[in-house]
Amino acid sequence: MSQLIWNGLFVGSFYALVALGYSMVYGIIKLLNFAHGDLYMLGAFSGFAMLGAMGGLVKSQSLLALFIVLLLAMLTTGLSGVVLERVAYRPLRRAPRLALLITAVGASFALEYGTRIVAGANPKVYPVRLGGTTLHVFGARITVQQLALVGVAVALMVALHLLITRSRQGRAMRAIALDPRAALLMGVDVDKVIARTFFIGSALAGAAGVMAGGYYGKIDFLMGFIIGLKAFTAAVIGGIGNMQGTMLGGLVLGLLESFGTHWLGGEWRDVFAFGCLILFLTVRPTGLLGERVTERV
Amino acid sequence: MKTTALELTDLDVRYGGVQALRGLSLTVAEGEIVALLGNNGAGKTTTLSTVSGLVRPAGGTVRHEGQDITRSSPPSIVERGLIHVPEGRRIFSTLTVHENLLMGGYPVRDQATLRRRLDRAYELLPRLAERRAQQGGTLSGGEQQMLAIGRALVAGPRLLMLDEPSMGLAPLLVTAVMDVIRDINAEGTSVLLVEQNAKAALKIAHRGYVIENGECTLDGSAAELSADSRVVEAYLGGV
Ligand SMILES: Nc1ncnc2c1ncn2[C@@H]1O[C@H](COP(=O)(O)OP(=O)(O)O)[C@@H](O)[C@H]1O
Ligand SMILES: [Mg+2]
Repeated sequence: MSQLIWNGLFVGSFYALVALGYSMVYGIIKLLNFAHGDLYMLGAFSGFAMLGAMGGLVKSQSLLALFIVLLLAMLTTGLSGVVLERVAYRPLRRAPRLALLITAVGASFALEYGTRIVAGANPKVYPVRLGGTTLHVFGARITVQQLALVGVAVALMVALHLLITRSRQGRAMRAIALDPRAALLMGVDVDKVIARTFFIGSALAGAAGVMAGGYYGKIDFLMGFIIGLKAFTAAVIGGIGNMQGTMLGGLVLGLLESFGTHWLGGEWRDVFAFGCLILFLTVRPTGLLGERVTERV
Repeated sequence: MKTTALELTDLDVRYGGVQALRGLSLTVAEGEIVALLGNNGAGKTTTLSTVSGLVRPAGGTVRHEGQDITRSSPPSIVERGLIHVPEGRRIFSTLTVHENLLMGGYPVRDQATLRRRLDRAYELLPRLAERRAQQGGTLSGGEQQMLAIGRALVAGPRLLMLDEPSMGLAPLLVTAVMDVIRDINAEGTSVLLVEQNAKAALKIAHRGYVIENGECTLDGSAAELSADSRVVEAYLGGV
């Protein structure tokens, strides 16, 4: 039982990290960025390339090396997200929603098959493998590495939460999400803030990508597809556009999957997750924490 | 002659096939309250949006304190102190009252200045101080209008443009809002006041313009306009 909970929370914190970017972008420009999962993949691949370049340095201090690579990969994916927004989405900001959505799907394919051309179609084995010391907590087996990864994920989420709720930039993001024209009248450079939002969301996905590479050990150019859908599911469960809701949604999805696979068997994992998506979309499309607040008239 | 705060010359604005402004010209002198009157669809909102850079004119110029700002970006126009309080208030509904005011002060980098202006806004609009931690969307219409004005004050306006601040407010509140506008003006801020409520606007304005179909058809001092039979008939509800 406690093992199931721990597994759920562990996977859920990954989902939450990726889902946050999904949700932030949706919140601010109402775009379902289908390429978001591919930024996670890009994070895993740029982390892979950097670890390769660092070579022997890595072996002795794998957790520290992974941490440094994590920051660099976040920078890389963050910038990729900014470029994606600038090139693919910004020119379409006044276009119909469907055009934007189709562009997002196209961007997703471009990233996937672009990576395939550069890195090849075969899965890559991560040069760092996190395994080792196991702790027993309330009957659950928890590795130190898992704890470290969850710790990083939680730290990133807390930082994001503080940024959004306390800082001038975060306030501007929330204002744009509510009313971009009014934000413009406040002197906010809306384009710049949107670009920053993409940077942050993409960097979080990149972080999750590197951590997944280090934990699972294997990466491939399509790895972002399923996680993208899972992140979308998590965002919908929690309330897309709502940050606390999205974090909660990630954890809830992780737990649902963990228990679902325990009862139904591993092959039902994705069926179960997407069943939840459909259920939420029909029964409570605003998610657990969505629409808790008054909308503008 | 006082120096000119705002000067609009021959503005043409089109939305696709609709021509919203046709050669509109007007000026606001430093320290003045100028009323811009007209019926629904006359082009009042478009005029303000053109000044704040939300709408690009097909022809004509916008000058602020002598400088051409026709092609400036909205943030740089705000930076100059041209502050637009939009029609319908446009309060950020899920941000608190205080956060809304802080949004008004977005371009203000100096913390001491920001704090001084926040204090001033709360002092001038004490209702906001009581509701400081409440979400903007939960305020009444009158309070939201006060918040919209407070937000503009924190930006440090040199010229304040208000789009129908009396809309949807009870007569007593209209008077309260007009009093606040007069107080702000008394401290040296020029005001361009768009209103359909001509009576209320002409009570505090120094001068006014009447626009119809995107053109200025009449202008004069507030006293002249209030006495003009055409204004009385069309906008002051007859005698
Ligand atoms: N975004 C828009 N797209 C198309 N037409 C518009 C738009 N905004 C205003 N108009 C038209 O321009 C004219 C002037 O509108 P507006 O400036 O809002 O007038 P007012 O504020 O005086 O009521 C109207 O005919 C209106 O229908
Ligand atoms: Mg209007």
